[in-house]
Amino acid sequence: MTVTFLILAGVTIVGMAAAMSLRNLVHCVLSLTLGLVGLAGLFLELDAQFVGFTQILVYVGAVAILAMFAVMMTRGAAQQQESRPTSVRISGVLIAGGVFLVLAWAMCHGLMTLGAPVQPEAEVKQIGVALMRSYVLPLEVIGLLLTAALIGAGVIAMEEKRGAR
Amino acid sequence: MNGSVRMAGTADQIFVLVKQWLMGYVPGALQPLASAVLSVVPVLLVFPLLFAITTVLERKGLGRIQNRYGPNRAGFFGILQPMADGIKSLTKEDIIPRSADHLVHLLAPLLLVVASFLVYAVLPIGRNMVIANLNAGVLFFFAIGSMVELAVFMAGWSSRSKYSLLGAMRAIAQMISYEMPLVLSAVVVIMAAGSLSTVTIVTMQATYTGIWPHWYVFTPWGLMGFVLFMIAATAESNRSPFDLPEGESEIIAGYYIEYSGFKFALFFLGEYLGMFATSAMAITLFLGGWAAPFSFLTWIPSYIWFFVKLLALIMAFIWVRGTLPRLRMDQLMNFAWKFMLPMSLVNILCAGVWHFMAAGFVRWVVVAVLVAGTCYLLSQRLKRGKRVAVRTYRFAS
Repeated sequence: MTVTFLILAGVTIVGMAAAMSLRNLVHCVLSLTLGLVGLAGLFLELDAQFVGFTQILVYVGAVAILAMFAVMMTRGAAQQQESRPTSVRISGVLIAGGVFLVLAWAMCHGLMTLGAPVQPEAEVKQIGVALMRSYVLPLEVIGLLLTAALIGAGVIAMEEKRGAR
Repeated sequence: MNGSVRMAGTADQIFVLVKQWLMGYVPGALQPLASAVLSVVPVLLVFPLLFAITTVLERKGLGRIQNRYGPNRAGFFGILQPMADGIKSLTKEDIIPRSADHLVHLLAPLLLVVASFLVYAVLPIGRNMVIANLNAGVLFFFAIGSMVELAVFMAGWSSRSKYSLLGAMRAIAQMISYEMPLVLSAVVVIMAAGSLSTVTIVTMQATYTGIWPHWYVFTPWGLMGFVLFMIAATAESNRSPFDLPEGESEIIAGYYIEYSGFKFALFFLGEYLGMFATSAMAITLFLGGWAAPFSFLTWIPSYIWFFVKLLALIMAFIWVRGTLPRLRMDQLMNFAWKFMLPMSLVNILCAGVWHFMAAGFVRWVVVAVLVAGTCYLLSQRLKRGKRVAVRTYRFAS
């Protein structure tokens, strides 16, 4: 565990924790972004440049902005005062703890069976070749799905306009 | 590296040699740190200095275009104007609105300037002169560039002012719309060079046939890509004619209206640094980076060529700003989604056709017809249903 890893892990955990615990929704989105930047830093520390930069490009450049827009367009950044009932909180903690335990078990188990980690090769070129040769069909299907979603969003926005007239 | 240093001549490599000489005095354990400092500090000095010079040049140039003098009081020909501006912005009161979100209000200009400086890490300023030669350099540039949007949003939202918020909304809508053509128009170069590394892209262009260079701008798809990239870069840096986010006559100063003093200067600095960075990226991708325009001019040091090209693009920016009126919001969006985006997609297709056809005259004609035809059809579609005529001015003529 190097110093950079500790710093990046700290940034990620603090950002994510703040995203869950802050009151103001815009602050939540901003700290979520901080956590995602930390995650991108962790990818970069593992020499996965492509994944790390894509993480920043997609999550910081697009998803964070989208989340901001969603927050502002729906209910504004007004502070939420209502507190949730205790039963909801307890079940939330239980579910989160359960998921954490399962993930931690899987990770420890995987580490034990894998043995010494092998440095994977993830050059940009290899990712490109893999996407265009072996995984070209899934790529196209995802592209089709996203295009359909885009057109659908456009249609929904149009319908609303027509109804208002 | 040593071999290429010797090959290129001392004048060309003077900064690299000075760095190597200085590194000789640094003890082994501190070498990585010293190397980073010696690479980063010159960039942190040169580009803000260029920003200072550009502010004078811009105000002078705009003044000339608008039939007035521009700044001419501070120093000889107003050359000390940036000093005066700097002192003014440092000594002004730093006002934060009472209802503002203090932390986010403070962080927004810092994030903007940090992100604007970070992208310089992958820009090759001269031969062997780049801070970090990343495998995915171009991707790094666009990824960090997208952080600017977040800073703009933070500034607009945290100020708790309707003009700030409107300006931020406009800015983000514009930046998201034009980011796609910006990235897609760069894809053609990545396809041709077969690499995401900025250094490799420049090296590929630094060869000559006879006296003519192999810049990507001298191909049909390269020319179209360059034009699309520059238009999108103008929109990304919120400059006229895409200056709706800060249109003075509509929303005063847009997202940074509630900033004063040095924070306002930081916004200004960030905006200009972003403009330089995207110009430098356009130079790297299409105009051969630090390569000389003719093979008999290679004796002039590479960094001089880089800055000559950069200044030429800055001049073009100033010229455009002084010439074109501001677009309307619907024109802006129509142009982005109905012209820029399809055009850049077709351009990628054209680059593919170019790649698979045999080199020669036929390839030139086919790809040029494809690019020009698509451009014509798209612009006709954009013009459909609109009355377009030369405007006559009653009193000017």
